[in-house]
Amino acid sequence: MTKFSLLDHESVPKHEIMPEGELKSVLSKYSIEKEQLPKIKVQDPVSKEIGAVVGDVVKITRKSQTAGEAEYYRLVIE
Amino acid sequence: MANVPPIPKRISSIKFGLLSPKEIRKMSSTPIITADTYDDDGFPIDMGLMDTRLGVIDPGLRCKTCSGRAGECPGHFGHIELVAPVVHVGFNKVIRKLLRATCRKCSRILLEPAQKQHYLDQLIGIEEIGHMPDDMINEAYKEASKVKVCPYCNEEQLDIKFEKPTEYLENGEKLTPTEIRDRFENIPDEDIKVVGMDPKNARPEWMILTVLPVPPVTVRPSITLESGQRSEDDLTHKLVDIIRINQRFQENREAGAPQLIIEDLWELLQYHVTTFFDNSVSGIPPARHRSGRPLKTLSQRLKGKEGRFRGSLSGKRVNFSARTVISPDPNLSINEVGVPMPIARILTMPCVVTPRNIEQLKIYVRNGEDVHPGANYVLRQDGRRIKVTNVNKDDLAEKLEFGWTVERQLKDGDIVLFNRQPSLHKMSIMAHSVKVLPNKTFRLNPAVCPPYNADFDGDEMNMHALQTEESRAEAKILMQVQENILSPRFGGPIIGGIHDHISGLFLLTRFENHILANDAYDMLRKSDIKELPSPAGYDPDGKPYWTGKQIFSQILPKNLNTQFSAQVCSHCDTCKKEECPNDAYVVIRDGELIKGTIDEAAIGAFKGKVQDRIIKEIGPEAGARFIDNMTMLAVRAIMRTGLSFGIADEDIPKEARIQINEVLGKAEDAVQNLIKSYQNKELEPLPGRTLDETIEMSIMQKLGKARDETGNIADSHMGLENPAVIMARSGARGSILNLTQMAACVGQQAVRGERIRRGYGGRTLPHFQKGDLGSDAHGFVKASYKSGLNPTEYFFHAIGGREGLVDTAVRTSQSGYLQRRLVNALQDLEVQYDLTVRDTRGVLVQFKYGEDGINPTKSDFSKPDTIHRIVRSVASREVA
Repeated sequence: MTKFSLLDHESVPKHEIMPEGELKSVLSKYSIEKEQLPKIKVQDPVSKEIGAVVGDVVKITRKSQTAGEAEYYRLVIE
Repeated sequence: MANVPPIPKRISSIKFGLLSPKEIRKMSSTPIITADTYDDDGFPIDMGLMDTRLGVIDPGLRCKTCSGRAGECPGHFGHIELVAPVVHVGFNKVIRKLLRATCRKCSRILLEPAQKQHYLDQLIGIEEIGHMPDDMINEAYKEASKVKVCPYCNEEQLDIKFEKPTEYLENGEKLTPTEIRDRFENIPDEDIKVVGMDPKNARPEWMILTVLPVPPVTVRPSITLESGQRSEDDLTHKLVDIIRINQRFQENREAGAPQLIIEDLWELLQYHVTTFFDNSVSGIPPARHRSGRPLKTLSQRLKGKEGRFRGSLSGKRVNFSARTVISPDPNLSINEVGVPMPIARILTMPCVVTPRNIEQLKIYVRNGEDVHPGANYVLRQDGRRIKVTNVNKDDLAEKLEFGWTVERQLKDGDIVLFNRQPSLHKMSIMAHSVKVLPNKTFRLNPAVCPPYNADFDGDEMNMHALQTEESRAEAKILMQVQENILSPRFGGPIIGGIHDHISGLFLLTRFENHILANDAYDMLRKSDIKELPSPAGYDPDGKPYWTGKQIFSQILPKNLNTQFSAQVCSHCDTCKKEECPNDAYVVIRDGELIKGTIDEAAIGAFKGKVQDRIIKEIGPEAGARFIDNMTMLAVRAIMRTGLSFGIADEDIPKEARIQINEVLGKAEDAVQNLIKSYQNKELEPLPGRTLDETIEMSIMQKLGKARDETGNIADSHMGLENPAVIMARSGARGSILNLTQMAACVGQQAVRGERIRRGYGGRTLPHFQKGDLGSDAHGFVKASYKSGLNPTEYFFHAIGGREGLVDTAVRTSQSGYLQRRLVNALQDLEVQYDLTVRDTRGVLVQFKYGEDGINPTKSDFSKPDTIHRIVRSVASREVA
């Protein structure tokens, strides 16, 4: 079986682990703590794929019907 | 009562359990032994059902338990010692399960020690996670009842049958409650835990009653009728029955009556105790009052819509509200509501007396409660409420001081809330301003029917009079009808012309309509337009005339510019826009209707582009004024020409009829050919379909096409002079399909999207051959409603029609529940000032509302058109 990446599928949006600095600016933009972000599980196939660990924040860039492209941030939990 | 701590205690947990006989006796203030209530002097009898130790309800008496007066004493329980144990109906299912799961001899649970331990461990685990142990307990019951021989004493287990509502048969022989109780008493504590009961709080033998708690008199108060006769509560009646039978039982048993009589009495006692708890159990007749009315016993008080939970605890009732039938009044503004005088005289608005309004308020008080607008109550500064009567009204008016409050009657201009259930969206409750009118119905402008989903076939609506200045201000700014014309659902107007408004303006504005001065002024009479523009032309006899488009333009705001396709647009391949031969391209320039016909796409509810533009560009006030003027103009316009529909309007010429029959005949032949090729196995199945599905689909398709063709034929013979066509084309009411069915051909009747196949084996009706696949054997109705259906067609039509009815009934309940769940899940989400959507904990749900942060109410039918419009208006021409 050939190895393939989940992210190559067209209905899986772009997921990436956020670097510390960018995370800080996002949290201060919304003036929230990390825990107030939506969550994603470490067991989630896509978290495994990008190698996220608990405490990371995943940035998701999806296509949006209304805005063209929309960014979401999810906190990885166990 | 005096030593109640001032701070309410905090509830840390609630524990449910069974009352043990010991506990019942302990909490009882007295045993009840006599079935009588009051003695000859009207005093409660000692140890009777109305014993004063159970609490008091008559004023003047004092409770013997707490020495409180009526109203202070909360009531106290008593008890009845039952001569023989009886089953508690509420636990019949548990009793049954337990009987089956325990040994008939040693009473141990029928599980191997290892298995038992396994369940006990699981139970602890489940409790730790905080889950419900129900599934595991049911499994334990199931396993235990499967065992046929007791693993402890080797006793063979017999079959337990349960007969509703309270009888248990073991191998056909009745188990007496005493026997059941004996068995349950012997179940060891540990075994009880396996089935999820807590032996400290709920021993299973407590489900068999030996002592019956008697509820306090405050729970079952007797009422004194006007005749001075006392009427007892249903519960008291039931308790009387129980005590009587209990006594008879005891006497008979002491006298050594035969077993048969004892058993009968036992059964009777069981019946009375059962109905005392629940008078609607199946299997026994409900206990009845002397009048024949079934008694309302304990469970009836709690259960159902009018029960304690749904009716009294969750049910909320409000003051300052009114409800009555609604009827239309096109002369009211959409912001108004007509309030019947009798309601206006009862509902009040509180007004604080100030130097500025004292004179006016004095007039209201002097008017009293009978003369509108009057006042019903005056509140003094010390909080005393004085009713305004004919006797004291002048006196009160003189005494009026600053700071007092006058509750004056509702009058024109007051802001009230108006509502129709089901309140499914925010437009189901809107603020209107009052217009007091004679008669007894609420009146509203028919244009506001769509947001309420109201009609006038007997609908009732509620009105709420707002009681504070803040609420009135808030309602006026946020909830007034004009603020809610645009719906956040689709970014367009939900209020607009309906039915006659649309056909009226359609008739007025279609093509060049010559209207003389008299008619023109008449049509515009109700609006604030007093002058006409220069006439469009002069008749041969020299009289000036105006066009319908000019008349309509009078009610348009002067700076309105827009263009769009009308509803009548036939969607040609290349749109000729302004040169549309159909007059279906609307152009409004500087508030002047230059071209096009006004129909549903212009002024209809849900679709109207004109209201939409007016509100978004000028404001809601102008929008409301436009709708008011438009509806009044439309009503007058339609009255000028009149629009009526009769059976003759469904007539089509003979040659059309022939053409239709030809089409239907051809379709019939095509179907027969399909059937033949199917029978000869020549038919090619469609990809992914069986042969049977294929033939059904092709037949449906053929017949559907045939029906559409007949429709087109009929349509081509009915022009825009036909009122039904006018209504369908303008979008006022009905569709071309409706017209087709009336004039040409009703078409295929379907059940679940398929041709009708149910009925007898192999055929739908005995009139057809078995296996006939033809069109008329499966519900194709060739006839039109006008020509009349033949009997088989009529029957198929009834089948199809019924499905529609069932569908709507099922759909409304299902979608209602679906919506309720959705609303409950989303109700606490809120769009914050930074455009994020957050829940109450501050957790983000969306980083930008709708991902684009656009308020759908302000969008153009949810399409990004605003930018184009801005460019257009700046460049004052179309920019690609």
